[in-house]
Amino acid sequence: MTRKLDNTTRYERLRERYMNGDLDRRNFLGLLGAAGLAYGVQTPFARYANAQGVKQVRFDGWGGVVSEALRENAFDPFTKETGIEVVDGTFGGGDEYISRVKAAQPGEYNVAHLSGVFDYARYNDLGLTTELNEDNIPNLQYVIPKLTEAFRKITNGTLSCVPYDYGTTGIAYNRKHISDEEMKEKGAKILIDEKYKGKIAGWSDWRTRIWFASLQTGQDPNNAEDMDAVWDAIRKHRDLALKYWTSGAELMSLLAEEEIYVTEGWSGRIYALQEQGHDIGYMDPPNGYGWQECMFVLKGSPMEACEELLNFMLAPETSIAVAEGQNYPPALDPQKVDLGDKIPTLPAFDPSGTLDGLTFADPKYWNGHEQEWSKEFGRVQKGY
Amino acid sequence: MSVEAREARQPWILLSPALTAVGLLLFVPLLFIVVYSFWLRTASGADQVGFYLDNWNEALTDAFYRDILLNTLKIAVITTIVCALMGYPSAYFIARSKGNKPLLLLLLMLPFWISYIIRTMSWINILGVSGALNTLLLWLGIIDEPIQMLYNETTVILGLVHYLLPFMVLNVFVSLDGIDTTLEDAANSLGATRWQAFTQVTLPLSLPGLAAGSLLCFVLGAGTYITPLVLGGPTDAMFANLVFEAIITQLNWPLGSALSLMLLVVLGLLVMIYNRYLGMAQLMKGLG
Repeated sequence: MTRKLDNTTRYERLRERYMNGDLDRRNFLGLLGAAGLAYGVQTPFARYANAQGVKQVRFDGWGGVVSEALRENAFDPFTKETGIEVVDGTFGGGDEYISRVKAAQPGEYNVAHLSGVFDYARYNDLGLTTELNEDNIPNLQYVIPKLTEAFRKITNGTLSCVPYDYGTTGIAYNRKHISDEEMKEKGAKILIDEKYKGKIAGWSDWRTRIWFASLQTGQDPNNAEDMDAVWDAIRKHRDLALKYWTSGAELMSLLAEEEIYVTEGWSGRIYALQEQGHDIGYMDPPNGYGWQECMFVLKGSPMEACEELLNFMLAPETSIAVAEGQNYPPALDPQKVDLGDKIPTLPAFDPSGTLDGLTFADPKYWNGHEQEWSKEFGRVQKGY
Repeated sequence: MSVEAREARQPWILLSPALTAVGLLLFVPLLFIVVYSFWLRTASGADQVGFYLDNWNEALTDAFYRDILLNTLKIAVITTIVCALMGYPSAYFIARSKGNKPLLLLLLMLPFWISYIIRTMSWINILGVSGALNTLLLWLGIIDEPIQMLYNETTVILGLVHYLLPFMVLNVFVSLDGIDTTLEDAANSLGATRWQAFTQVTLPLSLPGLAAGSLLCFVLGAGTYITPLVLGGPTDAMFANLVFEAIITQLNWPLGSALSLMLLVVLGLLVMIYNRYLGMAQLMKGLG
């Protein structure tokens, strides 16, 4: 028969050896200190960390109206129902967030509102994915299948996220200065129109810049063949632009304050400006930039608590409330769920649930050029 | 243990918490950055451990980095000169004011109570198309249409001056406050005009403070990235923005590490030159 050796027994044996003279004072204190250190580092802190995992989940998102909508409609009700607190942080862009995650320990960040399948693929490449137990997320059944399939392809049929919403990056313009007719006629080329020099802006994101430059040069944004022409278009836009914006809040401020008349913009943010009474138009040019966002669970996270949160967030009543708050259509299939009155009016909404009208970024194409193009854009952006 | 030995150990014992903190929080991370600078970034964004000179080769030979570094130093020099020109008279006024010196010093410290980012962003509300200045000019009928004042190199320098001016004023003030005012009286009694007394007595004696303030403004100005991000136009980047982009946007920590060390070495050399000729004591006085 064996007896489990607990810490008290260990201490008693150590003390006995010391009292018997088997150990000198220095060794006794040294071993006692080492035992105390091991106990202190392992037991209480490990217990504390486990407790954190159950009682608290860290969420990171895009801030602004998106975070407000999530806080009000998803996190607070979730905490009330389950007792699990959702601590939410924000980021300005996916690149910034992935850098933070890379610097962190597994488990420090749990759930993130990621944009694009290409981001999902990047996290997979860095070994940061998890495998969700879909049985714990029954509300996944309401999601548009096409959105889920795009993620499954990357992670061999499993999911490390649930699709949550989708939207577009189209062109936002001030109707006081640019008419709807002019916008339709010029499309993406309005962003390199000399007429609006100093009144143009653009997102400082290299993918968006290359996407729109592809459109301006008449190329397929998922397969541009003349990159010289693309870089020239980016340079032209840079020389005409007043500012590269770096966050949704800055985008809204530039348009609302009339510092600029035209820029690309995120559909939900522009809808929010329209709701506030600003006369801002929004147009998705042909082959405009469509994207789908997901709630991604990072490696090292407390899985059951995260799955519970995701299921709660995907519940139609929660998902619809969040979508109405953040102004992006939910990932819920309109053929399966009644989405109410407001969502069908949101930009980018697809009533068919097939999303055939949207062009999404091809993760293989964009991630394959990411290292080269992000660096090149950094130079072009600064006048080179 | 002898008394002498104990006395010799005492400063080290007292210094040990600070030395430990500096070691763990400054030198160890710095060592990590040095190690990182010899690694490589792989296509997936992960780091390739090893000893590669590629990042250093790129940082030191690519004209792009050299040009941005020179532009950064130029902006920092202009900012420092403007701070000196604006800060010296203010510091002189405070040092020579009789009863309200504490109040003036308090006013000088007030901006530190507000976040640097908020202070920088406040310029958008002042200089923006629908900002305070344009609104005033339109209301006075001086202009018919708002003037585009934001998002250029001038506004970057303006933002930096706004941020750094108190550092200059404080350093110069500390220097001026330590000068015996009877020296100027003595110069006057010997026939010097007030201007001559200032240029030949007060100004030379206050130069260490001016130099300390200039060094602080220059180093802090050259290392900033928030100001050009908020107040700069598309091409108004400074060297710290390159570090930010390499690490955050491109996920290229090894190159970002090499670039940050490059900036550190350049600024470190300037601090060494300062220390060689003027010593760090004056700087400590200003910071204190």
